[in-house]
Formats: sequence, C-alpha cells, structure tokens
Amino acid sequence: MSGATETPESGRFRGVVDLAGVRTGRGPTIYVYEAPVRVWHWVNALCVAVLIVTGFLIGSPPPTVTGEASAHFQFGYIRFIHFAAGEVLTVFFLMRIYWAFVGNRHARQIFYLPIWSGTWWKGVIWEAKWYLFLTPEPKKYVAHNPLAHISMFFTVTLGTIGMIISGFALYSEGAGRDSWQAKLFGWVFTIFPNAQDVHTWHHLGMWVIVTFTILHVYAAVREEIMSRQTMIATMISGERQFRDDRDD
Amino acid sequence: MAQATETFYEVIRRQGITRRSFNRFCSLTAASLGLAPAVAPQIAHALETRPRLPIIWMHGLECTCCSESFIRSAHPLAKDVVLSMISLDYDDTIMAAAGHQAEAILDEIRTKYKGGYVLAVEGNPPLNEDGMYCIDGGRPFVEKLKAMAADAQVVVAWGSCASWGCVQAAKPNPTNAVPIDKVIRDKPVIKVPGCPPIAEVMTGVITFITTFGRLPELDRQGRPKMFYSQRIHDKCYRRGHFDAGQFVEEWDDDGARRGYCLYKMGCRGPTTYNACSTVRWNDGVSFPIQSGHGCIGCSEDGFWDNGPFYDRLSNIRQFSIDANADLVGGTVAGVVGAAVVAHAAVTAVTRLTKKR
Ligand code: HEM
Ligand code: HEM
Ligand code: SF4
Repeated sequence: MSGATETPESGRFRGVVDLAGVRTGRGPTIYVYEAPVRVWHWVNALCVAVLIVTGFLIGSPPPTVTGEASAHFQFGYIRFIHFAAGEVLTVFFLMRIYWAFVGNRHARQIFYLPIWSGTWWKGVIWEAKWYLFLTPEPKKYVAHNPLAHISMFFTVTLGTIGMIISGFALYSEGAGRDSWQAKLFGWVFTIFPNAQDVHTWHHLGMWVIVTFTILHVYAAVREEIMSRQTMIATMISGERQFRDDRDD
Repeated sequence: MAQATETFYEVIRRQGITRRSFNRFCSLTAASLGLAPAVAPQIAHALETRPRLPIIWMHGLECTCCSESFIRSAHPLAKDVVLSMISLDYDDTIMAAAGHQAEAILDEIRTKYKGGYVLAVEGNPPLNEDGMYCIDGGRPFVEKLKAMAADAQVVVAWGSCASWGCVQAAKPNPTNAVPIDKVIRDKPVIKVPGCPPIAEVMTGVITFITTFGRLPELDRQGRPKMFYSQRIHDKCYRRGHFDAGQFVEEWDDDGARRGYCLYKMGCRGPTTYNACSTVRWNDGVSFPIQSGHGCIGCSEDGFWDNGPFYDRLSNIRQFSIDANADLVGGTVAGVVGAAVVAHAAVTAVTRLTKKR
C-alpha cells in the first residue's frame, strides 16, 4: 500500500477512508513497522486471544462431560492449547525483544517510556484532550501516540513479561521440581509460597490484558477513521501514510 | 534422664522392643523415606552406634492436632520408639514431669547437649504485646522459643502454625502470630506443614534426623523434598476425571456419586504440596478427596485467607468485600467496555453534527 510515488495532495483530510486502499487524502508515507514487528503483533494478538479464552476456561471449566473418563480429554486439551499458545507467545516475544536491538528505532518504542522528554508529556496531554473531545484534532505521530505508548508499555510489555513469568512458574508445578521451568521460574514461589496466589495474579493479569485489548482495538479503529494518519493499515503494511502534510 | 552415650538401639531395647521389630522398623523407615532397601542396614547401624539425639518438643499457639496426628502413626513401632524417645526429654503434652521439674529438664538439656539436640516446635509465637498472648512456664513463649533455639542443632517446624502461621495468623491476625522462622533466623528450620501434618511424614522426618544426624534435602520453602515435592493433584486418583473434563458441579449431583474431580468445588489439590494422595491418612485408609471433599490446601501458606474453600477462584484479600479475580477483572473490563461504547457514540454524534 505504497502511496509514496503518488503526488502528495496537501490540505486537510476530508471524507471517508476506504479500507480497500483508495485514500482520499494523500500525504507523505513513512516506513514505520518492519516485518518482524508486524508479524509479532498479529501472532501475539492471536496467541493472546487463544490464551484469554482457554485461560478463562481453566479458571471456570465448561460443563462436565459424561461417559467413560478415558473417552475424553476435554480439559486436558484446553490446558494443552493454553500451554502451547503460551509457549508460542513467549518465543515470539523473545524474538520481538531481539528485534528491539537490531530493528529501527520504532521497534524500541514499546520497551521504555521517555518520561524525561517534555515534548512527550505535552503529547500525552494533547492526546488525552483529543480523546476527551477537548481539542478538534490530534497530533501526527510516526509511531505510537503517547497515550497508546503508555498503555502498551504497562499492559503489553510489562504485562506479557508478568504473564510469561507467572505462566511458566505455574507450568513448573506440573512439570516437576527438576524441570527447566522450575529452575528458571521457581523463584516466583519464594515471593508467593502458596501457588494459589500465583494463579490469582495470573488470572488478574488476564483481565488487565482484556481491558487493554478492548481499548486498543477501539482506539485503532477510531484512529484509522478519525486521525490524521493511517493506523490498522500501518500494522499490516508497515507504512504510515499521513493525510495532510502540515508540520504540526 | 538418659545417659549421653546411650544409643537409640539401647533405648528401644530398654523399652522392651525386640531385635526383630527393630530390623523391621529400619527397613520400613528406609522405604517410607524413599531410600533403597540397602540403606536399611545402614540405618540399623547408625541407630546402634550413634548416641541418640535428644528431642525437645515445644508448644506455642496451637491446637495440638500435630501431636494428635503423631500418636496415630500407622507404624506402631515408629510411634512407640519416637514417642518414648521424645517423652524422655521434653514434651509439655505427654511427658511425665510437670512444673519446675519440667522446666529444669529444659535447662539441663540445653546445657548438657548444647548445639546437639533437635527442637521440634508445634504452634507459633504471637508477637503483639511483647508476646503476652502465649505464656508458657510464666514467660512469653517467644522468649522460651528463642532461648531453646539458640542452642539447638536443628529446628523442626511442626504443622502449618509453625511453618506458615495457620489460623491464628489469618487475617486480621490480632495477636501478630508469626511462623517460627520469623524469630529463629540463625538455625536451619525444617518445615513440615499440614493441619495437621501426616503422621508418617512426621515420624519419617524425625527418624531421618535422628538416624543420619542431619536434615533431609529441603525444597525452596524449607520442606523435606521426599514428602513435599509433588502436589496432591499430581498423584490424585481423580486426576483422570480432571483431564477428561468430568467435574462435580453440586455436592449431591451424579458426578459427586461417580467420584468425579472436585476442581469446580474448590479443590486446592492443584496448588497444594503434601503427601496425602500417596501416603493417605489413618493407616492409608483415606484422605479428604477420597472421602468426596476437595482439598482445602491446609499445608500451604495463608490457606485460611485463600478461601472460599468451595470456590475454584480465591477471593482477593486486598479487597474488603468478597471478590475474586473474575469479579474484579470482569467489572473493570465491563466498565471500560461500556465507556468505549459511550465514547464511540459521542464520537459518531460529534462527527455527524460537525458535518451538517
Ligand atoms: C496473555 C497471556 C496469558 C493469559 C491471558 C493467561 C490466562 C490464564 C488464566 C486466566 C488462567 C487461569 C488461572 C486460574 O484461575 O487458575 C491461566 C492458567 C495457566 N496459565 Fe496462562 N495465561 C497467559 C499466558 C500464559 C503463559 C505464557 C503460560 C506459560 C506456558 C501460561 C501457563 C498457564 C498455566 C500453567 C496455567 C495453570 C493451568 C492449570 O492450573 O491447570 N499462561 N492462564
Ligand atoms: C483485532 C485486533 C487488533 C487490532 C486491529 C490491532 C491494531 C493495532 C494497530 C493499528 C497498531 C499500531 C498502533 C500505532 O501505530 O500506534 C497496533 C500496535 C500494537 N498492538 Fe495491536 N491490534 C489488535 C490486537 C492486539 C492485541 C490483542 C494486543 C496484545 C494484547 C495488541 C498489542 C499491540 C502492541 C503491543 C502494539 C505495538 C506494537 C509495537 O510497537 O511493537 N494488539 N495494534
Ligand atoms: S480432585 Fe482435586 S486434586 Fe484430585 S484431580 Fe481434581 S482438582 Fe486435582
């Protein structure tokens, strides 16, 4: 979805965006999210969806099945899918961390918050006003807007790390005291000697991620329509097209 | 008082126990500790030659269920032998001595076997009001505990009280009862949690220490690995129903009659480390799950505060109302979801009115 070769059409974005790719606004296009970032995003989103559904069912299992026990493995499969998705999520998250080192600078964004930057804080306030309908127009951002950045840092970056640690710690309970999961993550039980607490925190972590996902998907769709730049398309193609070429 | 040089073997022979029973005891002990049969003669040899370890058994804030469990050890010899050894020394519940005489025994052992006795503690010390909530022999239990621990070789924490705090340390813990390792910091403390612990586990631990003169291998939480390295769930005979997805949904439903898994009824087997599903209780007769009731996690830290016992999800203690993770998280997600819908509506209205 490259618009770079077309003549940039200046002026404010008007009208509706056609998701099929026909854009009414023509602004400069920047390559933001490299392929590994995009692949991670969608694989992660899929894993998270699977983990939320199966995780919820682990906490509240579906109605009991009848018949010979050996004829079923229902709860076993639910748990298996959860663990498999958790392991895929972990591998891709490690890949994503690696890419933060070797990728472009936008690949590093979700791993820290530039709290020392005055401009960034101004952006936080500006975006907050935009969502509160207090300002008619958002700013333009090459990568994430500051509010999105904050929510991603806390709920996805830190949240995923927390879910991976608590998840593998819980996994080590079944895998056994001499498993590599226990060696790497057993320290969790020094902090929470009763594994039930780890279950509770892991479960609360799910709700944090559910809440993030609601906000995130809404904001992505809304910004795709309302902001001065492409959104969902950017996470698919990697390119950000701005709908106007004013500086601010 | 027994002589310092007397061996375990001499003591039990004096109690009228035959050589044959002694040999049986050694092989059963080896088996219950998960050791090879070849170790039995080693145990016998150690018990014949090593001077026996004196054991002091003290009681703080507790209900005596640990002692009650202990005297019901399925293996009578273990019970008789270990009990008679303990009562030779000091146990406020079962010894013959009383009053000043009893207190004198404590002092005597402390000086005579300095650094060479086992201190077994049932219950725990309350710290509020300088320990006044548990007075034992005219002074706060916490002082007695610290004094006796100072010269012990090893300290055994009997039960969930001594190991984790148990009911007296449950919220709001008015007496500030604490597990003994919060006040004994310079000695190895071996935790044998459970409310009460399984009798065979208790005699097994004591026998191991007296036989080998050292602690068994402990896990991260200070529990002997041989009894606490797997969960109830890992060896539960209902596990097949768990994996199949066959659960008891109500106490009187068909699943309950068929012996389905008690997970949905709040069974804490998946988070409880203990030997109930292998050793069982009362001479291996049964254990809670076998009797149709979920595990309540009595050997785990803070199990009283991790209720309700009949719900799979624990309440979150930080909230004063009864709320589990689904209630808290679901409410937050619901409110945010509603806010998103409202926000979308306002956005749409604003756009439409602007266009006009
Ligand atoms: C976004 C990520 C994740 C979400 C939303 C999630 C959600 C959940 C939920 C809600 C539960 C039920 C907790 C309970 O009440 O007992 C659970 C259990 C569990 N999760 Fe996750 N989880 C995630 C990631 C992981 C990862 C990365 C692993 C590691 C392999 C993992 C392993 C486990 C294990 C072992 C259990 C306990 C299963 C059992 O006790 O049968 N989870 N998860
Ligand atoms: C249908 C569902 C989803 C859609 C449409 C979507 C859309 C997007 C879009 C458009 C962006 C780019 C935002 C920007 O440029 O500022 C983005 C970024 C991101 N999304 Fe999603 N998303 C979805 C699901 C999820 C889920 C379930 C998660 C995790 C729980 C997630 C986590 C993230 C993260 C962490 C980023 C930042 C990526 C980075 O910088 O590496 N997304 N998403
Ligand atoms: S009854 Fe309890 S311990 Fe047994 S399989 Fe079910 S959840 Fe696990």
